[in-house]
Amino acid sequence: MTAVIEIEHLSTRFGETWVHRDLNLVIEKGEVLALVGGSGSGKTTLLRQMIGLLSPTQGQIRLFGEPLFTGDPEQERNLRRRFGMLFQYGALYSSFNVFQNIAFPLRELGVVDEDLIHDLVMLKLSMVELLPRHAWLMPSELSGGMIKRVALARALSMEPELLLLDEPTAGLDPDRSESFVRLIHSLHQQLGLTVVLVTHDLDTLAGLATRVAVLAEQRILALGTIDEIMKVDHPFIRNFFCCDRAQRALQSRISEGTA
Amino acid sequence: MSGASIVLETDAEGRRWMRLAGEWRLMALATRYATLNAELTTQAADSSLGWDIRGIQSLDSVGAMMLWRAWGHRFPDNLETRDELEPVFARLYASSKLKEAAPGPALPLEWVATLGRLTLHLWRHLVDFTGLVGQVVLDLGQVIRTPREAPWRESSANLYKSGVRAMPVTALVGFLIGIVLSYLSALQLKNFGADIFIVNILGMGIIRELGPVLVAVLVAGRSGSAMTAQLGVMRVTEEIDALATMGVSRSMRLVFPKVAALAIAMPLLVLWTSAIALMGGMASAQVQLDISYGFFIETLPKVVPVANLYIALAKGVTFGIMVALVACHFGLRVRPNTESLSSNTTASVVSSITVVILVDAVFAIATRSIGLPT
Repeated sequence: MTAVIEIEHLSTRFGETWVHRDLNLVIEKGEVLALVGGSGSGKTTLLRQMIGLLSPTQGQIRLFGEPLFTGDPEQERNLRRRFGMLFQYGALYSSFNVFQNIAFPLRELGVVDEDLIHDLVMLKLSMVELLPRHAWLMPSELSGGMIKRVALARALSMEPELLLLDEPTAGLDPDRSESFVRLIHSLHQQLGLTVVLVTHDLDTLAGLATRVAVLAEQRILALGTIDEIMKVDHPFIRNFFCCDRAQRALQSRISEGTA
Repeated sequence: MSGASIVLETDAEGRRWMRLAGEWRLMALATRYATLNAELTTQAADSSLGWDIRGIQSLDSVGAMMLWRAWGHRFPDNLETRDELEPVFARLYASSKLKEAAPGPALPLEWVATLGRLTLHLWRHLVDFTGLVGQVVLDLGQVIRTPREAPWRESSANLYKSGVRAMPVTALVGFLIGIVLSYLSALQLKNFGADIFIVNILGMGIIRELGPVLVAVLVAGRSGSAMTAQLGVMRVTEEIDALATMGVSRSMRLVFPKVAALAIAMPLLVLWTSAIALMGGMASAQVQLDISYGFFIETLPKVVPVANLYIALAKGVTFGIMVALVACHFGLRVRPNTESLSSNTTASVVSSITVVILVDAVFAIATRSIGLPT
C-alpha cells in the first residue's frame, strides 16, 4: 500500500482560534476515507488544505509523496491535475453549458483534439448516468442532483487518481442521495480511485466509507472502520453514531451485507 | 511512471503484431498525444494487423478512447487482451450505444425568429419597466399616507452612499472640465476681443447643460452599476425571495429608497459640481484673460437668468430618478448566474446614460424659450 496523502503535524489557526493542532493522517491508495466531525471542526478546511487551496499554519502535507507548495508552478500544476474535486454546490461555471464544463479541464491541457474531447465528454456523461442531450443545458437549467452529477463528471474528466468530495449528498433527497452514493461506489470500484469525502450524512458514510476519521478537539480523534469507531467511547462519537437514526442507517447496511 | 510505448513486430508465423505497453493514462499520454495518435491511426488502417495490449499496465478512458477510435469504433479481429482491461472498454461500449441528439437543425427562416425574439425581448423590457415605475408611484402614495412605515433608514443609507460619497469625484471632474472649457473658449474669445463673454459661455454652458449631464453620467457609472450589481447578487443568493416570504415588498424596501435617494442627491450634486466647475473656469479665466474673480461673480447673475438654475435642478431630479429606475430594472432581471450579472450590469450603465441623454434632449426642446437671454 502506498500513501496518497500524508499529513504531518498540521496546525491551522484562524485569527485567535486553533482549528487543528498537531494533526496527523495518512490516506492509503484505493481506500474511501470519510472525514466526519461536528460543525466548525475544520473538516472542509482540512479538505481544502489537502488540495492546496489553503495553506496550513504549521506542518506539512504531501500528495502522492510530493510536498504541496514547492514554489515551482509547473510541478504544482502537474500535481493538481492528478486529483479531482467535487465542491459542495457543484461550482459549475455558470457561463458554460454542461459539455463545456466537462470539456474545460481537457481543453486547458491543450493536447487532445476536439473529436476525442467530444467522445470523452459523452463517456463521462454516461458514467454519471446522464443522457447526451443533457450536454447542451446550462447549469441554471439543472436540478440539484444533476448539478452534482455534472460536477462529478467534471472532476473525473482528467482521469484523477484521487477524488475529493465535499458533502457529496448534502441537499439531495434520500432517493437521489442513495443513487448518488451507489454511483460513486461503482466508480470507485471500476476506476480504483482513492476517495476522500467530508459528510454529515450517515447513509452516505455507511454506503461508501472503508475507513472513517473522526475530527474533533482539533485532531483526529479516532481512525478506523465504522465498527472500530463505534467502539470508541467519546461523547461526540456516541452522539454521532448512536442515536436512533444512526442505528437505523448502520443496521440497514449490516443487513444488506449479510443478505 | 513509464510512458506509453508501441512496438511493431513480426512473429514466427509471419504475422505482424502491434505490441502496446506502459501507462496509457491521460497524464502520461498528454506530452506525446499527437504522434501516438497518428501512429495508431496509420497502423490500424491495415486490418490484418494483430493487436497485443497485454503489456498495458494501466489504462484509463482517454487511452482506451484513443485505441477505440483508431480501431474504428469496434474491436480488431486479432486482439490479445487482459481481463483487467475489459471493464474500461465495456464502459466505452456502453456509452457509444447511447443515441446522441444533435442540437436541432437550424430553421429555414432563422432571422424571422431572431427578429421576433428581439421584439418580444424589447416589449418585455418596456412592460417590466412600466410596471416598476407604476409600483414606485404606488409606493410613493403609500409613503405619503403612512410616513411612519416608510423605509427611512434605507433611504438615508442610500443617500449617503450615492450622494455624499460621490462628492469628491464629481468635484474633481467638474473642476477639471471647468478649467478645460474656460481655457479653450478663452483662446477663441481673445481673437475677437470678446473676453468678457467668457462669463456668459461658462455660466450658461455649465449651469444649464454640462453640470447636470456630467453628474448624471458619473452617477450612472458609479451608483447605477452598484445598484444593479447589489440587486443582482441579492437575486442570485435568493435574498429577494427571502424578503418576499417575510411579506416585505421588494419595491418598497429595495427600489423606492434608491429612487428617493438619487432624486434628492442628484440635484444637490448638480449644484455642487456646477459650482466647482465654475470655480475652475473662473481660475482659468483669471490666468488667461485677466478677468478678476470679483468681476466674474458680479457678472454671472446678470448674464445667466436664474431660471437656468431651476432647469438644472429639475434635470437633476429627473436624471436621478431615471438612473435609479433603470439600475433597479436591470438588477431585478438578473438570472442566477455570473454571465447574466455582468451583462445586466453593462446594460444598466449603457441604458441609463442613453436615457439621460434622451431626456436631456427632451428638456432642451421643452425649455427652449425659458431662461435664455434675449
